[in-house]
Amino acid sequence: MPVISRDEVAHLARLARLAVTEAELDVFAGQLGVILGAVARISEVAADDIPPTSHAVPRSNVFRRDELRPGLEQQQALAGAPAAEEGRFRVPRILGEES
Amino acid sequence: MNTELTRLTAAELAAKIHSREVSAVEVARAHLDRIAAVDGGADQGVHAFLHVAADAALASATLVDEALGVGSAPASPLAGVPLALKDVFTTLDMPTTAGSRILEGWRPPYDATVTRRLRAAAITILGKTNMDEFAMGSSTEYSAYGPTRNPWDTSRVPGGSGGGSASALAAFEAPLAVGTDTGGSIRQPAAFTGTVGVKPTYGGVSRYGLIACASSLDQAGPCARTVLDAALLHEVIAGHDPLDSTSIDRPVPAVVDAARVGAAGDLSGIRIGIVRQLGGEGYQPGVQSCFDAALRMLEKLGAELIEVNCPHFEYGLAAYYLILPSEVSSNLARFDAMRYGLRVQSGFEESAEQVMAATREAGFGPEVKRRIMLGTYALSSGYYEAYYGQAQKVRTLISRDFAAAFEQADVLVSPTAPTTAFPIGDKVDDPLAMYLNDLATIPANLAGTAAMSVPSGLAEEGLPAGLQVMAPVMGEAVMYRVAAAFEAARDADQGGPVIHRVPESEVRA
Repeated sequence: MPVISRDEVAHLARLARLAVTEAELDVFAGQLGVILGAVARISEVAADDIPPTSHAVPRSNVFRRDELRPGLEQQQALAGAPAAEEGRFRVPRILGEES
Repeated sequence: MNTELTRLTAAELAAKIHSREVSAVEVARAHLDRIAAVDGGADQGVHAFLHVAADAALASATLVDEALGVGSAPASPLAGVPLALKDVFTTLDMPTTAGSRILEGWRPPYDATVTRRLRAAAITILGKTNMDEFAMGSSTEYSAYGPTRNPWDTSRVPGGSGGGSASALAAFEAPLAVGTDTGGSIRQPAAFTGTVGVKPTYGGVSRYGLIACASSLDQAGPCARTVLDAALLHEVIAGHDPLDSTSIDRPVPAVVDAARVGAAGDLSGIRIGIVRQLGGEGYQPGVQSCFDAALRMLEKLGAELIEVNCPHFEYGLAAYYLILPSEVSSNLARFDAMRYGLRVQSGFEESAEQVMAATREAGFGPEVKRRIMLGTYALSSGYYEAYYGQAQKVRTLISRDFAAAFEQADVLVSPTAPTTAFPIGDKVDDPLAMYLNDLATIPANLAGTAAMSVPSGLAEEGLPAGLQVMAPVMGEAVMYRVAAAFEAARDADQGGPVIHRVPESEVRA
């Protein structure tokens, strides 16, 4: 059974942009270990020569007519924004100090 | 309060509204009164609804009455019939939260295609129903707004993720509901509440405006108290949508006709496959005996029963809990605190990355975080082939199992869920125990095939169990036919519909 350490959970949380708490790290490490232990049995299946399925009902080359259709107005797009200014999304600084 | 109206089926209500025997406004008001009396809130009552749109519902019903009053034909066979909409579909005039704090109070700038079709059909939308956060869960306990309770026993869960939609039906708050089914979120709640729930073929109903959980698995579908009502709603919401590139561009199967044919009660010539892998160990004895009784009834209706072997189904749960979290970890990256939804920011010196991490920490509940991290793990280099890649291959093998089974049988059957409704709090801290609820429903999502749950009877402690009927891609007609035939025979045998035995909900003065 794959054991997942506290440090690994902290790494995953960082990658996933989740500022998890110290207490959560312990809980998630235990739970994720149990879940990974259960799903690891997927490796029992001999499937080397089996093609993968990414989509249940495959479709290809789905086109639409190249016609104008109305999209969202600026005001509609900004209506749910946590902060907006001069018709644009207002966001926190993007670059870190070391950048 | 006119409780009589809330007991009728959607088909009966439509007939009365369209013949002007009752008005759509009276019908809407009866259901709104019922919601006010039994729904309660996070602390008590059924708590099926997160938002009730009383004014909009009455306004919509008024338009139906006005149109009928000047002699216009009804906009659809369900014009004026009330419906409860799962809070995962975007609605211009109602908040849309997907059961998450991160979207608390969000007003979407557009309607989902399902919402648009309901409006075009002049169906009265009563409000938005509770769900596990972003449809991740099997009990509705992972809603950020408190659990929905099961009308059969309010100390128990209604299943999930669409527990709100299912409980609204079972508590007679609405005769119709829409749900979404990624791993069983329509069918398992239907089984737990003694109602009917249908997962159409993947691509059968548009996903445009459906807040994504796992895009290759998500499928919207109809929920009702009878098979015919589900079929009527199916024909309203299904069909090709150019706004969803995975939408199937083929005619909608004639499910209403199929349900009517089925109700006549003859299944001779139909081959029904019993999936050997979906039953026995792990299935509650009462659930199993309801299933066995259903098989005897199907045989009496003239169907030929055969046993089929789907050897890879036992790996379905493992494949699903790798594929789903992987898609979730990608899909939920959009909740970045920049364009809509919650933003948690403590000062101007914080970077976008810090704001995003703090927002997601505050806005997502534990199950969502677990699945995002699980997916992040499964997709990371070094594990990708062993987990995600292997799961996709197993998905192919499950589809092949279905294909082989459907060469021998027209439909496949199993119990919908291994157990009946469990007590609130029982599994909420044990994710793996929660996942096992979806054992029998997951294969159809992985293969994209059609499947539905119809009440099979009462099992342990007088709680309902469900019969799952599974059909090939676009094979909905035969599925509805079998379900309707079974429903009619079971009602005749048991002296009425299963749902009529639900205890009366506690009414607030």
